[in-house]
Amino acid sequence: MTDAKPPRGGYIQRDRNRHPPAYVPGYKTSVTRSPQKALLSFPSTLSEETGPLFSRSIIGPRDNDLLHNHAAADESAIGPRILVYGQVRDQSGQGLPDTLLEVWQANAGGRYRHRQETYLAPLDPNFGGCGRCLTDARGFYEFRSVMPGPYPWPNGVNDWRPSHIHFSLFGQAFAQRLITQMYFEGDPLIWKCPIVNTIPSRQAIEDLIAVLDLNASLPMDTLAYRFDITLRGRRQTFFENRPEGL
Amino acid sequence: MPQTPTYLNESPSQTAGPYVHIGCTPNFSGIEGLYGEDPGSVMVNPETLGERITIRGSILDGLGAPLKDALVEIWQADAAGLYVSPQETRGQADPNFSGWGRSAGDVESGEFVFETIKPGQVPYPDGRIQAPHISFWIVARGINLGLHTRLYFDDEGEANAADPMLSRIELRQRLATLIAISEAPGVYRFDIHLQGLTETVFFDI
Repeated sequence: MTDAKPPRGGYIQRDRNRHPPAYVPGYKTSVTRSPQKALLSFPSTLSEETGPLFSRSIIGPRDNDLLHNHAAADESAIGPRILVYGQVRDQSGQGLPDTLLEVWQANAGGRYRHRQETYLAPLDPNFGGCGRCLTDARGFYEFRSVMPGPYPWPNGVNDWRPSHIHFSLFGQAFAQRLITQMYFEGDPLIWKCPIVNTIPSRQAIEDLIAVLDLNASLPMDTLAYRFDITLRGRRQTFFENRPEGL
Repeated sequence: MPQTPTYLNESPSQTAGPYVHIGCTPNFSGIEGLYGEDPGSVMVNPETLGERITIRGSILDGLGAPLKDALVEIWQADAAGLYVSPQETRGQADPNFSGWGRSAGDVESGEFVFETIKPGQVPYPDGRIQAPHISFWIVARGINLGLHTRLYFDDEGEANAADPMLSRIELRQRLATLIAISEAPGVYRFDIHLQGLTETVFFDI
């Protein structure tokens, strides 16, 4: 091992008060899909402290360019051009390198490219809506896309999703696996959304709102949003590594 | 004021939603040509060491209906009990095994299928040996935070009886929810129940 840092211990217990509970009646689909019995809690083992590593060789040059990765030659997706970037780090603030991040989203009109999708907004032939990348050595990622549109969904009579991008993150261990959604600063629909409001605290919701970053925006080209993501962290292991008998 | 520890909060989860397959298995969802194969669709090759097995099952909601919009991932050790991971420090795992699989489920039935190998045994933190097991992670529309559970094998009775994790389950009648049933040689069924009398034991790890 070339890693000079001390070996690390088990994963810090997940703070479930900052995650949505399983059963939230305002989000109707959760009613029959929410476990009702107590979870079995246990300290992480090797099975959760390990996780898959993805090779850079699987990532294509356009995988993080949703403006173009489904577009015809010399064309691009329609909509406000955005760059989304940020850092994936753990709870001790350490950037997580080489971790896979997968994103998916609706097009600028709020329409997903999916056979089950029935919203009347049209598909954009030049927009697929999915992308991926690996974080760099400091845990940073970036991708280019269009601003997704809001859309109505069957829950209440008139529920709308705020503009959002879905994120899937691996980290370095199966214990860190997370799927979440990124929202955009200033969107009034955020606070009216039953899915956003499954999260029990306003402060935790704000952790999912990306901020406009004009300094990172490309003049005459693309607006930038910054969105940092925190995955679970590990304990240090001074006491766990004590020699036999001490 | 004393010092305060400066841990960041984990980002909160949000449901994977009805279109998780667009982002995670684009070829399955009909968006073809972006990536090669869908990630996690192949776990073994002809050189992989170990006993070939098939795992299939359904995810059933509180009304007994199978989910057709879920995404299931598994993570497991190789035949020698080593994980294919940079975090594995005990030795070199089988280079012909991925250890990680992902299934979108069948379009019609929602049933997931994994073609993999039977995992070897992995130690518990205190040194005791765990029974062969496969970690499962399930996300879908209506699931607000990914669900962790484990699969154990019904033909590993002795190892299961000595397993430190299984022994923590106080309500012994719930143990059966974690045991895959051998349907044919090398074929195991592992149905996951989100609610009800047979609700699967889910883990807070």
